[in-house]
Amino acid sequence: MKAFLILEDGTVFEGTHIGADKEIISEIVFNTSMAGYLEVLTDPSYAGQAVCMTYPLIGNYGICKDDMESRKPWPDGFIVRELSRIPSNFRCDCTIQQFLEENGVPGIAGIDTRSLTKILREKGTMNGMITTDENFDFDKILPELKAYTTGRVVEKVTCKEKYVVKPTTDLAQNGPLSGSARFDRAVYESGVREPRPTLVKELNGAGLKVALMDFGAKDNIAHSLAERGCEVTVFPALTPAEEIIAMHPDGIMLSNGPGDPKECTSIIEEVKKLYATDIPIFAICLGHQLMALATGCDTHKLKYGHRGGNHPVKDLATGRVYISSQNHGYVVDTDKLDPKVAVPAFINVNDGTNEGLAYTGKNIFTVQYHPESCPGPQDSRYLFDRFIQMMRNPGEIEHHLEMKGENCNA
Amino acid sequence: MPKNPNVKRVMVIGSGPIVIGQAAEFDYAGTQACRSLKEEGVEVILVNSNPATIMTDKNIADKVYIEPLTVKVLEQIIEKEKPDSILPTLGGQAGLNLGMELEESGFLASHGVKLLGTTAATIRNAEGRQEFKDLMERIGEPCAASKVVENVQDGIDFTNTIGYPVVLRPAYTLGGSGGGIAHNQTELEEILENGLRLSRVGQVLVERCIAGWKEIEYEVMRDSAGNCITVCNMENIDPVGVHTGDSIVVAPSQTLSDKEYQMLRTSALNIINELKITGGCNVQFALHPTSFEYCVIEVNPRVSRSSALASKATGYPIAKVAAKIALGYTLDEIKNAITKKTYASFEPTLDYCVVKIPRLPFDKFITAKRTLTTQMKATGEVMSICDNFEGALMKAIRSLEQHVDCLLSYDFSALSREELLERLNVVDDQRIWVIAEAIRKGISYEEIHERTMIDVWFIDKLAILVEMEEALQTQELTPALLKEAKRIEFPDNVIARLTGKSEAEIKKLRYDNGIKAVYRMVDTCAAEFSASTPYYYSVYGGECEASAKEITKLVSTSQSDFTLCDAELLRTEERRDSVLPVEDDSREIQKKKVLVLGSGPIRIGQGIEFDYCSVHATWAFSKAGYETIIINNNPETVSTDFDIADKLYFEPLTPEDVESIVNIEHPDGAVVQFGGQTAIKLTESLMKMGVPILGTKAEDVDAAEDRELFDEILEQTQIPRAAGGTVYTAEEAKEVANRLGYPVLVRPSYVLGGQGMQIAISDQEIEEFMEIINRIAQDHPILVDKYLQGKEIEVDAVCDGTDILIPGIMEHIERTGVHSGDSISVYPAHTIGKIVKDKIAEYTRRLAMALHVKGLINIQFIAIGEDVYVIEVNPRSSRTVPYISKVTGIPIVDLATEVIIGKTIKELGYKPGLQPEAEYYAIKMPVFSFEKIRGAEISLGPEMKSTGECLGIARTFNEALYKAFLGAGVNLPKYKNLIMTVKDADKGEAIEIGRRFEKLGYTIYATRSTAAALNEAGVKARKVNKISQESPTVMDLILGHKIDLVIDTPTQGRDKTRDGFLIRRTAIETGVNVITAMDTARALVSSLENQESDEQLTPIDITQL
Repeated sequence: MKAFLILEDGTVFEGTHIGADKEIISEIVFNTSMAGYLEVLTDPSYAGQAVCMTYPLIGNYGICKDDMESRKPWPDGFIVRELSRIPSNFRCDCTIQQFLEENGVPGIAGIDTRSLTKILREKGTMNGMITTDENFDFDKILPELKAYTTGRVVEKVTCKEKYVVKPTTDLAQNGPLSGSARFDRAVYESGVREPRPTLVKELNGAGLKVALMDFGAKDNIAHSLAERGCEVTVFPALTPAEEIIAMHPDGIMLSNGPGDPKECTSIIEEVKKLYATDIPIFAICLGHQLMALATGCDTHKLKYGHRGGNHPVKDLATGRVYISSQNHGYVVDTDKLDPKVAVPAFINVNDGTNEGLAYTGKNIFTVQYHPESCPGPQDSRYLFDRFIQMMRNPGEIEHHLEMKGENCNA
Repeated sequence: MPKNPNVKRVMVIGSGPIVIGQAAEFDYAGTQACRSLKEEGVEVILVNSNPATIMTDKNIADKVYIEPLTVKVLEQIIEKEKPDSILPTLGGQAGLNLGMELEESGFLASHGVKLLGTTAATIRNAEGRQEFKDLMERIGEPCAASKVVENVQDGIDFTNTIGYPVVLRPAYTLGGSGGGIAHNQTELEEILENGLRLSRVGQVLVERCIAGWKEIEYEVMRDSAGNCITVCNMENIDPVGVHTGDSIVVAPSQTLSDKEYQMLRTSALNIINELKITGGCNVQFALHPTSFEYCVIEVNPRVSRSSALASKATGYPIAKVAAKIALGYTLDEIKNAITKKTYASFEPTLDYCVVKIPRLPFDKFITAKRTLTTQMKATGEVMSICDNFEGALMKAIRSLEQHVDCLLSYDFSALSREELLERLNVVDDQRIWVIAEAIRKGISYEEIHERTMIDVWFIDKLAILVEMEEALQTQELTPALLKEAKRIEFPDNVIARLTGKSEAEIKKLRYDNGIKAVYRMVDTCAAEFSASTPYYYSVYGGECEASAKEITKLVSTSQSDFTLCDAELLRTEERRDSVLPVEDDSREIQKKKVLVLGSGPIRIGQGIEFDYCSVHATWAFSKAGYETIIINNNPETVSTDFDIADKLYFEPLTPEDVESIVNIEHPDGAVVQFGGQTAIKLTESLMKMGVPILGTKAEDVDAAEDRELFDEILEQTQIPRAAGGTVYTAEEAKEVANRLGYPVLVRPSYVLGGQGMQIAISDQEIEEFMEIINRIAQDHPILVDKYLQGKEIEVDAVCDGTDILIPGIMEHIERTGVHSGDSISVYPAHTIGKIVKDKIAEYTRRLAMALHVKGLINIQFIAIGEDVYVIEVNPRSSRTVPYISKVTGIPIVDLATEVIIGKTIKELGYKPGLQPEAEYYAIKMPVFSFEKIRGAEISLGPEMKSTGECLGIARTFNEALYKAFLGAGVNLPKYKNLIMTVKDADKGEAIEIGRRFEKLGYTIYATRSTAAALNEAGVKARKVNKISQESPTVMDLILGHKIDLVIDTPTQGRDKTRDGFLIRRTAIETGVNVITAMDTARALVSSLENQESDEQLTPIDITQL
């Protein structure tokens, strides 16, 4: 079946319909990761957007449900050059086509995704429609496209009830250490798949309790803490700060999430209260933006965002550069940043935009990128260890500790 | 960290002659690195024995030594030039080993020279088998169970604990020489014994066999501050068991999920961090296909063939960045030369798929085993880029120039299902064609996978191609079907064949339906940032980025594939960013466009020399104000570096692919005379497209190849040649041969490197050779000539239509009958007199005039006494062009280009005619890779067999000859034992040569008749038995590892005696030097006599000539 992608600027791409049979209007963004399409699809930060993958061959290894970053796919639509006819991977559960259909996500394949990417790069992120209606009337659609906003989308993606992610109490529960996995034919033939390898070598978080504010959290955030021994309680986004403080957590994590941070007005009020406590806080992505807004900074929308697994970020304290996983359309404005409140800790090497803040006199550090990776490079996982260190020694404010012996790029 | 100010004079070590496992990629890396160093104001002293390289040009380095790559020579150059540092990681394994030897001996420390980039300790950790294993264990990175052994018994004992099969890898060898997989003790003993001997340090790694696992590579960069990135990952379609150089490789990996991809990426970064590599590094993994288990196979702490491939696949210039890192810069300080906006500290992301296919030499070595193993056999490779895998594979196949253009090109249809299943177990270069036939026969993906262990994703892609073949054969060719066939890159000629239509019909149908190739940019960033480097590949469907003029605003209709965006906006964007004037219409009018056709994959007969010529021609056109466009498909070469031409099209060199580019670019002309036979073959097609051929006209090129036309020219110019005739069939050939009298030379026309050329001595041999030649359909007749024996002379010349310029005359050491590319070539010609030289100059002039040559011409002559005959005329560049340019200091490619543009030789400041001879000798020595190709016949003949060459340059002939032998790795003696077994006709010369070796203290062993002849003449020779006789035989002697040299001249024509063949193979495979021509033997003994008296060599800086 034919499908069309109609952009706000009047460009129309004709391709083949994939996924669920429905028409959607959404914000069109592109992601440059070459692998990890399932992690992209199940990242709640894409709620309210339709994602175009710039890598042209998608679906090669099918869907390995183990790798989902949340319970379902969140993008409104999925845009690819070519969907693989067959998937091939030992863990594959189903095809991407089945997955999209089952979860009601429509999409379009066979379009010139490079051309689309260039339009978004030149003109900025814009809205668009995916439809199978060949007789669409652009003039009728245009006002609808213009009117679309992602809105208060955090409320849609956050969990309904708080829940607890149990900590690892024995390293063996985490699965084999990366590099030590061994193939066992008998186990494989019985249908059991070995768990994913881990990079965690010690339970340095054992005994620590972390409150995770779920603004659309990827599962690997809670998992990264739990596999280090932390007990993680995940709270819905609109939980009052008092409830969290009353739990007496050793630390608070503010998660990633979708949409314009400035839409999250009530959450920002709660974050202000969290800031006022002495509880160590680590924030990622939307969480980083909300903390910045809560402390008087501003945010603005990037022309076409950073979405991919190849962005270099520089640690301003050490000069070291890390390749990071990114997914954000908004960025913290550091022009008028008051050094008494916070100082830039990381910047993007490509465009110089802010990638992280260190809060002056507080046990708070925040990053714009994704140390939990999934998809993307695992280079910044040491930040979870830094957070654990901070929770262990809230008295010593040390933002740039060297993570010696860490099994990652540090 | 900024640049280290203490680094001012850097010595760069090249990789030496091209051999299998170490090819043009090091010229590419070395050239890029030298330019990168010079950009930083660093003085570069270059040492490389290979004269065919671009890196040994005067304008690439400040001092250039084309000298043998030995520790002793390097020491002398260091003493003379006093560099403050040395960069050994750009010259492949050869350069790295030399750097290590200099460091380990303490020479560098005592002369205050630092190793730049990766340290010696790091190299030891990465290259030493045991050190590497220990280090991997320490950081928890798995290696396959293995043990380094130094004798056979230890190997057997260890294997008994881990079980067969085991993989054997000798330490410090190229391309896995001497390695292999042993399935039982006999094989183990055989491979191990050989491997121990070939290893520089006498070590072999015995390793658990992980054959069948996925082979994945990561190219990693690290700077001195510890910043690490991965440039690219690659997946070998052929699982572990086939050397990565012989595997079909795809980038990025296709069958890995993010979890596997990141697991291996993190591992690669851990390793490079632990090794503290500063620069580029290649990490190879084996990944279990159905689990997360992986093993680190190997780490190469230097630029490599894979890094060249990764650079071309992503646009990220690894060697350039590695050189900057060596100077002290960090990744975030180095600009990304492609985007000019981002920095080197990012990871390229691709929005296309890259396929590399190795170019294997089995067309040259028809007796060799085609099996692929852990020992590399490919001489070169092709790469292609497309937005789908099928298309990239199809493009790569037709880039090979091996008479293949689709999955039907090798016919296995006669095999039954059972035979096919059996055939699937064979790992060779035809495997994907066998798989395609298996798919046609209905063999399931699972069965194919089980036998080949190739991932089913790739098998499915082959199936898609097979399905398209069937659709084209059985369905009506609708525009929709044609569009899909073109999307997966079926060439028009294949579609025509399958549909029973003509190629012209297909082309018309395409054009009528707007199905045309469009060009996308390789930009390192998947279009996230605008790029300024015009490096293109073709796809069908979508936007064309190659020329802004072509972009037209489309409105969505049901016919068009995609609709296009705001063309105007794109145009302005490109205009703003482009470094080229092309998008600017006003300037474009003034600048003429020239198309330079490259020479495709490196193969025996068409090597790096032609890339040298293409690159120089491009530079010369550019200097003359032309806009230059290169088309080529070889990822190893300098010509496909993104900043050589104004535009680079990474495409197959077929008429259709070239025409698609011509349709976009509308060049003012094309040059074909620099790109070897690959480019010459395109001449006619280019003319049909209306592209003027610059320089010598196509009809004149034809006249040189066409027997009748050429005979007319010879008659008219009164130049003698050997009598001969043109034939198509064996009958005709025998008739001509008998008329001329045997021996005769039989060869196809329009080939390079004497492919298929043979000396026949009987009707029976004619039949045999004609059968071989005609296995491949011949478009052109076959030539049969009387074989004349004499001195072979070669000249390259430039002709402007009025005058000629001959930089020098080269004389071959070997008599006619040995291919010129395999002969030792001496400049200036040292045994011919003035009369002959004058005759040669005059004949050259006459021929150049008669053929209306504008540009280069190469002629081979035979001199018998004072008579000169012409053998062959090629109105184009040749193998000897870089060599003669360098040793005479006359840049003939640049001159030829200027002449093509319209200048005269006189205007260029040269006096026409034969130039005065130099006051030194420069000797070009062929280098072979016989030990890599099991079963290949090594005796020299009219068909070229060498893979590379090196140079010896000195004041005296003998020193030059000694240097040339030394550069080629002939380093005698160790034991002073040699074996002689020569044919009757050579016995007289054998006595003279034997006597000279005897005088040098050699013990001579000889087979019966040779021994008798020697002893009779008073040269003491010990008789040894033939292989069929009782032990000890000649074979036992060779296997006893006490022999330095075997002189074995095969009987005339093709040697069919199993004995001679076996002796030569065994000697080669055990590392013994083998000489198969008496002239070569004489030259060697002369050089050895000289060595006794003059051990001190004098290095010569060729920039001072």
